[in-house]
Amino acid sequence: MRKRFWIINLAAVFLFSSVLVGCVEKKTATGGKTLVYGRGADSKLLDPIQVTDGESFKPIDQIFDKLVEYDKESTEVVPGLAESWETSADGLTWTFKLRKNVQFHDGTPFNAEAVVYNFERWMDPNHPEHKGGEFPYYGYMFGGFKGDDGHVIESVTALDEYTVQFKLKKPLGPFLSNLAMSPFGIASPAAVKKDPVKFAQNPVGTGPFKFESWKKNDSVVLVKNENFWKKGQPKLDRIIFKSIPDNAARYSALKSGGIDMMDGLNPNDAHLIRQDSQFRLYEQPGMNVGYLAFHTGKKPLDNVKVRQAINHAVNKEAIIKNFYAGQAIPAVNPIPPMMWGYNDQVQDYPFDLNKAKQLLEEAGYPDGFEIEFYAMTEPRPYMPNGKKIAEFIQADLAKIGIRAKIVTYDWQTYLDLTGKGEHEMALMGWNGDNGDPDNFLYVLLDKDNTRMPDAGNIAFYKSDQVHELLIRAQGLTSQEERSKLYLEAQKLIKNDAPWVPIAHATDTYAARKDITGFVPHPTTQLIMENLDVKE
Amino acid sequence: MLTYTLRRILMLIPVLIGMSLITFSIVHAIPGDPAKTIAGDKATPEQLQQIRESLGLDQPFYVQYLNYVKGLLKGDLGTSLITQVPIAEEIGPFLAATAELTIAALLIAVFLGVNLGILSAWKQNSWMDYGAMFIALIGVSIPVFWLGLMEQWLFAQQLDWLPSYGRVDPRLGFEPLTQFYVLDSLLYGDFHWLQDVLMHLILPAVALGTIPMAVIARMTRSSMLEVMRQDYIRTARAKGLSEFWVIYKHTLKNAFIPILTVMGLQLGLLLGGAVLTETIFSWPGVGRYVYDAINQRNYPVIQSGILVLATIFVLINLIVDLLYAWIDPRIKYGKE
Repeated sequence: MRKRFWIINLAAVFLFSSVLVGCVEKKTATGGKTLVYGRGADSKLLDPIQVTDGESFKPIDQIFDKLVEYDKESTEVVPGLAESWETSADGLTWTFKLRKNVQFHDGTPFNAEAVVYNFERWMDPNHPEHKGGEFPYYGYMFGGFKGDDGHVIESVTALDEYTVQFKLKKPLGPFLSNLAMSPFGIASPAAVKKDPVKFAQNPVGTGPFKFESWKKNDSVVLVKNENFWKKGQPKLDRIIFKSIPDNAARYSALKSGGIDMMDGLNPNDAHLIRQDSQFRLYEQPGMNVGYLAFHTGKKPLDNVKVRQAINHAVNKEAIIKNFYAGQAIPAVNPIPPMMWGYNDQVQDYPFDLNKAKQLLEEAGYPDGFEIEFYAMTEPRPYMPNGKKIAEFIQADLAKIGIRAKIVTYDWQTYLDLTGKGEHEMALMGWNGDNGDPDNFLYVLLDKDNTRMPDAGNIAFYKSDQVHELLIRAQGLTSQEERSKLYLEAQKLIKNDAPWVPIAHATDTYAARKDITGFVPHPTTQLIMENLDVKE
Repeated sequence: MLTYTLRRILMLIPVLIGMSLITFSIVHAIPGDPAKTIAGDKATPEQLQQIRESLGLDQPFYVQYLNYVKGLLKGDLGTSLITQVPIAEEIGPFLAATAELTIAALLIAVFLGVNLGILSAWKQNSWMDYGAMFIALIGVSIPVFWLGLMEQWLFAQQLDWLPSYGRVDPRLGFEPLTQFYVLDSLLYGDFHWLQDVLMHLILPAVALGTIPMAVIARMTRSSMLEVMRQDYIRTARAKGLSEFWVIYKHTLKNAFIPILTVMGLQLGLLLGGAVLTETIFSWPGVGRYVYDAINQRNYPVIQSGILVLATIFVLINLIVDLLYAWIDPRIKYGKE
């Protein structure tokens, strides 16, 4: 009896599942040239103006175009959706001529009205579609929002169907470079109006690839935009952004053919890829800096000789060799050498423990002192292993009598505490956005940015001389004149030693050998329209 | 039985209130700030303040908590601070991914664990017994992340037999329907998809299922040994029943109550403890969803995510309790 019951049951389950089989029809098409790009995390949102994280920008850069673009290998600005532009002598009026016959992915036309709409939406907190998030980059790059004192843009108007004019309240040195940044991708007004919040899950732009689908924490799929305005591009039919959080797992996915290309290699894996004939390693000097910040407001670090002594006690070459696997260059200034305005005359403090000891004695600390040393535990692009680097520095500091106690927190807590100035010494770093020195020096070392609890200048370095130079440079539009001021500022900063600049890490990508057309960009913007792969 | 079930369900309410209060307090006590995640490293203090105000993070703790509970009572789990999508909508695919992985892991654990336990009880003190218990000892001792990495190294990298990340090959263009991929590929009738989905399940399910497998094996062994010494088993053997029926019908059925308890508890642990497995195998499940939320200080997601997991855990235990009465009719609920 029992047995029969089970048999009937099993038969029923079997019948039921065979009824299920094939009762739904598939919609997706596959095939064509597909590239799977492996990365460490998923995008947060796909509305360019709502996000700040690099992972969100990777697909966004394929879906959207900006008014102007960075040149292939530099931060030089070249035409994008705007074919040409001119600026008035006072730097207050910018007029852009737009490209004709460009369509958004939803078929609506791109024109001056669309540009005006995007800027109105971004800048005006009362705009009906200023929704879905906080528009952080707009406020950051243009001095706040409509109604704020610092807001730079006075108005944006459409002069005719293909001409847009910006009026500024004061000249803004990096204005043009800002417009080339990923957050300022031009979105389809029709799509945003339909639902500004949902837009971030279903983005519509003019870029080389169209959004197709998004499985959260797993993959974003983009397909070719057949009507892309650059003729003959893109070459791929489909790009899949696949999230594989663990660097080693992502690397093994590349080796086994599961993905075609990846970023975020462990330094040692990068080394292995270089020797592998099936793959190619791409290296790009990064627009970043990893540094050790001294809290210059706290004893004994308020003494410049102590800070210089520690500068002499950090062995950058060895750190780069051991913890970056050579994928970095030693940092002398806060900005990386490829950036305009870099001062190559500034001499670094050489690694010299005797000199360090002597400076400590002069400062009145012949027996050294005890100090708390904050180190991050999470790998950051500019610092692959903060804790290990801190331990390495700790050992050298011990030789000159400084007893450093390493303190670690998770990343959010770390930012919170350092922003409040709880630390004495802390490892920190920065990724640049727009290739402008202001984006490093003002943000990280100006006295304006020492306000707690969210200080960007965690050295709490308050030099009036440096402040004066940086503010003057902000108001100029000539790169040459600005450059002179930045050269001067770097000299002063080196002398005052609020940091030990440690390294500028190299960005690395690995791809299968048969993938062509990839050029890594110093801003880490991902440009995939030229990428090609054998079918 | 009915009153017992109702009473147990009512008892859920204080448990969940306590749960939500504890999670809420811990989440708000840790330093860090969601405004910083939203605005990025580059935000100015004014911007951060503005964001805190717009999210209501500047309000006193109890006001925030009451607002949260008010939402919960209306069935609103809140909205993710990062994506602005309602959590109830967003969490579905993650829960399904974790459920699929958990069910697969539990199936492996139960099938292997119970049989290993039976084997070692049946052949007590033989080399088979020692062998099985040695496997169980290793099973409980191996850290999941280590096992996961070793599996990846061996089966994905060295042998290239199985994929080591994700739920399905992204090149196949798989369209989720119910979010349970095994079911979905059956629904589409695509056996190529089914094969791919199952291959993706194997490594993470084995990694996740190892500890429960070992625990179940040990519990089965001791429980079986106890029952096997009973008189009625001797009687069953004396009747001339085959050893198979004695073991699998007469003994296992009576030995099953403690095994079931362990299974229920392990299932709960699997649901919550999948974070490591999900990270190593890039499995887009609810564990990683909550883990990411912790790193981003995405308060509503942490609170509601944990609340959902806690509710499932409590419900599973309830179901297990109710199953006792079904398996062993001597157990009666609702009467003192």
